[in-house]
Amino acid sequence: MDKPFAITLKPGSSLANHTGSWRTTRPEYVDRLPPCNAACPAGENIQGWLFHAESGDYEKAWHALVENNPLPAIMGRVCYHPCEGGCNRQHMDSAVGINSVERFLGDEANKHGWKFAPAAAASGRRVLVIGSGPAGLSAAYHLTRMGHKAVIYEEAPLAGGMMRFGIPKYRLPREVLDTEIQRLLDFGVELHLETKVTDVQQTMKDGFDAVFLGVGAHIAKRAYIPAGDANKVLDAVSVLRGMEDHDAPLLGRRVVVYGGGNTAIDVARTAKRLGAEESIIVYRRTRDKMPAHDFEVEEALQEGISIKWLSTITEAGMGERGDDIMVEKMALDENGFPQPTGEFERMEADSVVLALGQDADLSLLENVPGLVVDKGMIEIDAGMMTGHPGVFAGGDMAGNERTVTVAVGHGKKAARAIDAWLRGEKYAPLPKPELATFDRMNPWYYSDAPKTMRPVLDIIRRQSTFEEVLGGLDETNALFEARRCMSCGNCFECDNCYGVCPDNAVIKLGPGKRFQFNYDYCKGCGICATECPCGAIRIVAEEN
Amino acid sequence: MSLQPVKFYQTGTFTVGNRLLAPEERSVQANMQRTNSLNSGHRACQGCGEALGARYAIDAAMNATNRQLIAANATGCLEVFSTPYPETSWQIPWIHSLFGNAAAVATGIAAAIKVKKQKGQGGDVRVVAQGGDGGTTDIGFGCLSGMFERNDDVLYICYDNGGYMNTGVQRSSATPPAARTATTMPLGPEPGNVFGQGKFVPAIAMAHEIPYVATATVADLRDLEYKVTKAMGIRGARYIHILVPCPLGWGTASHDTIRMARLAKETGIFPVFEAEYGEVKSVLAIRRPLPVEEYLRPQKRYAHLFGKSPAVATIARIQALADKNIRKYRLQARQGGH
Ligand SMILES: Cc1cc2nc3c(=O)[nH]c(=O)nc-3n(C[C@H](O)[C@H](O)[C@H](O)COP(=O)(O)OP(=O)(O)OC[C@H]3O[C@@H](n4cnc5c(N)ncnc54)[C@H](O)[C@@H]3O)c2cc1C
Ligand SMILES: Cc1ncc(C[n+]2csc(CCOP(=O)(O)OP(=O)(O)O)c2C)c(N)n1
Ligand code: SF4
Ligand code: SF4
Ligand SMILES: [Mg+2]
Repeated sequence: MDKPFAITLKPGSSLANHTGSWRTTRPEYVDRLPPCNAACPAGENIQGWLFHAESGDYEKAWHALVENNPLPAIMGRVCYHPCEGGCNRQHMDSAVGINSVERFLGDEANKHGWKFAPAAAASGRRVLVIGSGPAGLSAAYHLTRMGHKAVIYEEAPLAGGMMRFGIPKYRLPREVLDTEIQRLLDFGVELHLETKVTDVQQTMKDGFDAVFLGVGAHIAKRAYIPAGDANKVLDAVSVLRGMEDHDAPLLGRRVVVYGGGNTAIDVARTAKRLGAEESIIVYRRTRDKMPAHDFEVEEALQEGISIKWLSTITEAGMGERGDDIMVEKMALDENGFPQPTGEFERMEADSVVLALGQDADLSLLENVPGLVVDKGMIEIDAGMMTGHPGVFAGGDMAGNERTVTVAVGHGKKAARAIDAWLRGEKYAPLPKPELATFDRMNPWYYSDAPKTMRPVLDIIRRQSTFEEVLGGLDETNALFEARRCMSCGNCFECDNCYGVCPDNAVIKLGPGKRFQFNYDYCKGCGICATECPCGAIRIVAEEN
Repeated sequence: MSLQPVKFYQTGTFTVGNRLLAPEERSVQANMQRTNSLNSGHRACQGCGEALGARYAIDAAMNATNRQLIAANATGCLEVFSTPYPETSWQIPWIHSLFGNAAAVATGIAAAIKVKKQKGQGGDVRVVAQGGDGGTTDIGFGCLSGMFERNDDVLYICYDNGGYMNTGVQRSSATPPAARTATTMPLGPEPGNVFGQGKFVPAIAMAHEIPYVATATVADLRDLEYKVTKAMGIRGARYIHILVPCPLGWGTASHDTIRMARLAKETGIFPVFEAEYGEVKSVLAIRRPLPVEEYLRPQKRYAHLFGKSPAVATIARIQALADKNIRKYRLQARQGGH
């Protein structure tokens, strides 16, 4: 090159200068576990499906959701959403309404008739699933996805377990339940109704390679209450089950429910809807000790249910017509346990409904060797297998945490373990990535946005009908709600790292492809990690 | 049910990009084809706010002028770290002459372009001049004031890091009160820079009644790009003053550069506004109000304020200055602000 006067060197680019050699720490992209996902008993990848909902691609969002849970329209109604309890957004304003978006997606799928993605190639293996509650349905679904033939034997005339014979209609309309179950049957799950299994080992001989037990817990616990007229004392499970029959149960004008769980609340609310003038819950302890969820207690109180705290029923069916009961006042001792006070009160009650919990009926397992039953619950290992090889169990019969969501999670986990077992392997869950805690995030970047309120049905209507209490979101507010998600711990392609690097050392790979560091020039200043809104970059020490 | 805005994006426009926004609504920096005017391989310190601010500003100016841009640069870090002869990080026509004459050099280039255009040669090429606070508020101030007064067609960008950083952190007329530098009182009852001296050049530029004056920080990219783009749409003298934290001179962690700029704005220490012909037209309101301690405490240049017995009175004086900015420029946080 002919250089101008007094110029001796050719101009060069600073790209020759690899400033990456200055680095003592290096940034790395990570995917952390969002707290919502960590808290979901069904193991949903919530952040993952919200990501698609954020862009308005609800079908993709639904497909991402049902990879873990085939019942979103049901879950969007009955799940107690522990995910929202974990959601990082609560440290900003309030948790993302995950459950309401889930319901919206489930309803969209039902409206448009979306189908599950095709299952894996058939393996030729057959698995018996006993019970069509959420545990059984979930296990059958995941087994089918993996290519196995899942066959459900169900004792009842209709599928769904406690979702049908327990949870009242005003919280879970039966069309929703039917639609999601039908989708599973269309997918290839085989269902035999009115088929009670009385001897597992015998039934296994019908050509099954493994069995999943999801028989739930249906035997009502009784408390000994002396009763002149025993007909007046009913149990909650049969009352609620009776709601599915042609003739609704006769409870009378004044109904007393004994217990403090969600079932007690549901029965009391059902009694009110059946026309009881007074529906009263009698509970031994105080409100803060009550196992029922606060929002359910609140809804019940709003509907005019009254609750007698610190009270036990000592006698029922008293008096000439047998419609009096005796209630004793309790007091909490220093350990928080209720103790009798000797103070009595006589109350009128056309019926007394006991809602004191349920035990599992394990008679079908009587002669299976190796099974361990502890306090009425079947013991299982980390892979959901009982003491008898090839016999797996989950749901209400296998745990203290008895919810639809836990049952769905059990079913999924068991399906994976059964799949491994059928291949002669042992199921080992993938190690979980570290938690995306709020202190790893940079909340500055998120727009201010309070939670969308779900429309609550008019209070009068819900006292007299079995119409659904909680309304759903529509397109606009579902999108709004989804976009409140901060994508904790997982890159959502906001371009911040690409923008804020003073050294141009972040390569943008294009939509959907995320980013990459150019370690030739990255000096390791760490601005990218500090300014990443969702905490998807970590800084690690450079090895010399 | 409360009314919700229909348009709501996870991060709105706070982040650099946003996959939910239409491409034309995203920032210049989000673009895979951005100019990268100041390219990799420069020798700025880790986490240099000036290097970042310069790329933000010049990429935006390149974008606004269809890449028809020439830059004149004063002496200072930006020049030294980018262009050690014969290498350069600049991917645009760029010239360095002296410490104090960047505005005059740019004026000359603008004049030459004008003449060439009159002769029918060359297209519509635009000019920016840029320098540090020392090169702008002190040694280059005469040339700058002349450029304003003549209303030359130049955008002058000052990267304010509050001192002569390239030569080892000496005091400039933009060094804030109480901040320690190599040339301020190291000890005694009131170490650090004095109160009541120094200049705020954006206000002086406004006094020249030039078409456009704005301030910005590296913490608000969208605002910065908006202002540079707007400035390039105007003819005549324009001035943008960008706050660029310097990890070395401020004694801050290299990863906190943007955070420091954000704190300067949120505490009211640095008012972010724009003015036309001497009148303030808009301000960037405070979003999450904070006391000045939040801004001062992470900086080693203010470490003497937070010793065994904190310098309460000095901190209160700095707070009073911030409060005055908030009053004067109306920076109070407001509902649904910017
Ligand atoms: C009133 C009430 C309200 C509830 N509300 C909620 C709620 O809002 N949210 C929530 O998450 N959870 C709720 N639960 C709990 C939830 O319903 C259960 O935890 C869940 O249904 C358990 O699922 P599962 O599959 O283990 O058992 P189940 O749902 O009980 O299903 C077991 C199935 O197995 C069948 N079966 C049993 N034995 C045999 C046999 N020998 N042969 C063939 N079939 C058999 C049964 O007929 C039944 O269909 C509620 C429970 C009740 C009682
Ligand atoms: C006339 C002259 N005096 C002194 C210097 C030495 N010098 C070079 S850069 C610099 C400081 C620049 O400070 P500033 O303009 O604030 O830019 P910064 O380095 O802080 O970005 C000085 C004093 C010089 N180059 N020319
Ligand atoms: S903000 Fe989103 S990713 Fe984070 S916890 Fe909440 S729902 Fe999960
Ligand atoms: S001394 Fe300050 S301005 Fe200069 S390169 Fe380092 S960080 Fe940037
Ligand atoms: Mg300087």
